Order: sequence, then C-alpha cells, then structure tokens
Amino acid sequence: MNTILVASDINKRFGAITAASGINISLESNEILGIIGANGAGKTTFLNMVTGYLRPDSGTIKYRETDITSLQPKQITKLGIHRSFQIPQTFPKLSVFDNLLIATGIAGDARQNMWKPLLSRNTTDFVDDLLARYGILDYRNHEAGLLPQGIRKLLDISMAMVGSPKILLLDEPTSGVSIEEKSEMMDTILDVIGSSEVAVLFVEHDMDVIEHYASRVVAFSEGKIIADGVPGDVMNDSMVRGLVIGSGPEKKPS
Amino acid sequence: MTSKNRTLFGVSFALVFLLVAENFLPGWAVNMIAMSLSSGLVILGLMVIMRAGLVSFGHGLYFGLGGYGAALGAIFLGITDAFLLILLGVLASGTVSLALGYVISRYRGIFFALLNLAFSMLLFGILVNSASLGSTDGFSIPAPSYFGYVPSATETRVSFALYGIVCVLTYLAILWVHRYLSSTLGYIGEAIRENEVRVEYLGASVRQSIMIKYTISAVLAGLGGALTVLLVGHVTPEDTVYWTRSGEFVFVAILSGTGHVVAPFIGSAMFELVRTYALQYAPGVWQLLLGGVLLIVIMFLPNGIWSLIQRFNRQR
Repeated sequence: MNTILVASDINKRFGAITAASGINISLESNEILGIIGANGAGKTTFLNMVTGYLRPDSGTIKYRETDITSLQPKQITKLGIHRSFQIPQTFPKLSVFDNLLIATGIAGDARQNMWKPLLSRNTTDFVDDLLARYGILDYRNHEAGLLPQGIRKLLDISMAMVGSPKILLLDEPTSGVSIEEKSEMMDTILDVIGSSEVAVLFVEHDMDVIEHYASRVVAFSEGKIIADGVPGDVMNDSMVRGLVIGSGPEKKPS
Repeated sequence: MTSKNRTLFGVSFALVFLLVAENFLPGWAVNMIAMSLSSGLVILGLMVIMRAGLVSFGHGLYFGLGGYGAALGAIFLGITDAFLLILLGVLASGTVSLALGYVISRYRGIFFALLNLAFSMLLFGILVNSASLGSTDGFSIPAPSYFGYVPSATETRVSFALYGIVCVLTYLAILWVHRYLSSTLGYIGEAIRENEVRVEYLGASVRQSIMIKYTISAVLAGLGGALTVLLVGHVTPEDTVYWTRSGEFVFVAILSGTGHVVAPFIGSAMFELVRTYALQYAPGVWQLLLGGVLLIVIMFLPNGIWSLIQRFNRQR
C-alpha cells in the first residue's frame, strides 16, 4: 500500500457558501474510498477540484509527487485520474460502440492520431471485449442518448476506465438506478476494476452500497470532514448519524 | 469490400474517367467540371469543421486568400509556374488560418460563424480599397506555365494541363481528408459536436483539435481558391471574399451533406448545373430556383444529397 493522492487543507467558497473548509484526504492505491454527505456538503465540489474542473481557493492536491492543483482536466486525465459523472457524459447521437471507440482512440498513441485509421481489427476487438466485460454488448449499436439510465451510467464508467487510470472517481454511480439493479451494477463495476490496479473514490447516497463496497468511508458535512474510517465505525458515529444518514436506529423501514 | 477500399476504388475510377473523358467532352463541360471540382474543395473544407458542429459564414476569406495569393505571385513576383502559384495560395490561407484559428477556436455556434464573416469582410474592405489591386474590378493574370511547358492559348477551353492538375489535386485531397476523418482526430470532431466535456475528460484537447480542423479546412479552401483563379484567369474581391460567396459555400455544403468525402463534389457539380441552366433559361428568377432547391433538400433530405446515395446503398 502506498499513498497516491493527497489533498491537504483544501478550502473553497462560492459566495456565502462554504463548499470545502480545511479538507484533508489521502487515498491509498487499491483502496475503495466512499464519500458520503447530505446534498450540498461539498462531495461533488471535491471531485471537481481533484479533476481540475474547479480550482481550490487554497490548499494543494498532490498525485504521487506531482502537484495537480492548478492543472486542467485534460492534463489530469492524462496523468491517470479519470472520472465518471452523476449525469452520464456520453456522445448521445453516436452508438455505444463509437463512444468507446473514441475513448480508445484518445487513450491510444497520440502521435498516430492523425494518420492511423481508428477503426481496425484491434480496436474493434478491444471495444467488444470491454462491452462484454461491462455486460452491455447487447447495446453495442444503440444510440447512447436513448439508453436506459443504468446502461448509460455503465457506459460512462467504462469510458472513464478505458485509458487504464490509476485513480477512478465515480460521482454517484448508482443514482437514478432502481434498487434492484444497484448491487448488480456495483458488482459489475468492481469486477472489472478488481482486475486492474486502480484506486476508487466514489460519492454515494445509498448507505447499503457504501457498507457493502467501500473499504473506507469519509463523511462530509458543510464542507468539513466529520468522520473518516472503516464503514462500520463511520456509520455508527453519532455525528454522522445525525447530519448525514438521519438519526434513529430505524435506518429504513423494512 | 470495406468502405475505405470502396472509396479508394470509386474515387480512382472517377479520376481516370475524368481524365479520359476530357478528350470527348465539349469545352463548356470541361470548364464546368474543373470549376465545380475547385469549389468542391472549399465545400470539402467546410465539411471538416461542420462535422465538429461548426459552420463558418466566412470561408470566402480563405478562398480569396488562396486566389489572391496565387494571383499576386503571378503579378508581383513574376512567377508563372502553376504549381508554385498554387503553393503560394495554399500557404497564404494556411498561415492566416493558423493565426485566426487561435482566436476563433474559442467560440462556438453563431459566434464562430459570424467571427469568420467579420474577418472575411475585413479582407474584402482592404481589397476594395487597394487601387493597386484594381479595387472592385480586380485584375487579370497571365496564363501559367507547367514546369516550363506553356499550353497553346484557347479562349473557351481550359488547357488539359490545368484540368489535369485540378483533377489530380482534388483526388489527393479527397483521399487525404478521407484518411483524416477515419483517424482518431477525425472521430474527435463528432465527439466535440456531441459533448466537449467528455472529450476533455478523456484527455484530448478540444481547442487544439478544432484548430487543426480549422487549418485543414482553410488549406482546402485556399487550394480551391487558387485553382479557381487560375481557371478563370481573373480575380475580383466580390467573386472571392464577399459574404455572398461565403454564403454560397455554406449553401452548397448543406445541399451536399457531410456524410462522405465525395458528397461535396456531387453537391458542387449539381449547384453549377442548376445555376448555369437557371441563368440561361430564367435569368430573372435563378436565385428563386436555387432557394427552392435548398428548401426541398432541407425538407426531404435533411442530411443532404448524400443521404439519397446512402438510402440506395442500404437497399441493395
């Protein structure tokens, strides 16, 4: 185990709203870190700062030895930090196959990008193999914009995984997916992720998903970290129960 | 046959056919083919950026730079070799597009379209006010030579040398663009049109990709302009950089469709035919006729004339 991402003393304000105040998070390679918190707690803002979409007001984010605090999204992506989105970001008018084909091309050798035809036996096999591993081969020729939400999420995540990242950030991978499909979807994702060396940082609202899949949990509230530890401890923390999960032992009626 | 081989085969066949047919065709047909191939190159250039969702209402700028680049080389530098003149035109449009592309690549949609228009009208203003370049009347250039060979002058028919150059350069341009569009950078065009955020988060630079496309597009427009001026032997601001010319290019690009690299040339040839016949038989209403044709195409063939061929292909 070694630490690959360190965010130290991150602060970010939007006008009167504090989105991050003194955030310290480190991520070990091969770790699956869950981030929980109420709406507006600063979870997505943190993801946006790590991927360069937003710049923190103060503090530094380091990936291995590199300071990535002021880099642009494409530069951070090239370093090996990829992300998926709460609202899936795909190429809606193109087929699922073409979506992944383009991701494959961009991840490939940049010097050949202008001359070598993208569609070849190699790339076709590569993309078909990916589609099979994510269980979406049936949707190969469907238009991405017309897919069911769960499949579109999987496509978004598979596009983020194409360049074999070292860190994968997932923003609410199971939001908008029905409860029955959630665990199947997470199983699929973690199956593929398990076979590659990648640290995962995912934002999630579903506590069952967190308990089941995260190896460590960080709880956010109003831009601050209120708990950090193994899921069992964090979930039973009284502050977390009060501010994030909603108090009371009856977590959900069953 | 894969689509790439089919394109290569089809375009090569067309090249041989056009070169052989020159012997049998009347002068007006040869002229018309050469002219529509030359302006088809501009449409091909427009297609490259249209695939990325960008429309330029000012490509007359690069068409004109190509044309004036070649014409000025002939007049002021005394160059007579056609290849050098074409190269000069292409260099002029390519260089300017590198500089302007840096600024224009930040803009999208209507802003992109109109910024191009603004720059083209700037050049128009300069040319119209340059008395030494004949202002609105433009100027004529002497007949070019081809590696020292000077074809005997005919008033009504393009020389075979120039006709051949137009055909061969068009052939090479089509294959080049076809190869480019099937590369990763080509695919990125469609990706940019669909979702720029995703492109950046996959690790590619949207701006750089657009700048490359813009330059390719300008080089093709410049080539088209240089060839057109050599064919006509005369250059004026109104026939090259004026906004009506730029509008005409967009018109033909929509008419053609962006489905395939051959589409611009089919569209361009049809446009020449319609215009020639409309001018001849209905000089008062020829623009009305063109407008009607565009209306019909937009209503029934929203993806341009090329979608007819696609439909035909699928039925087989």
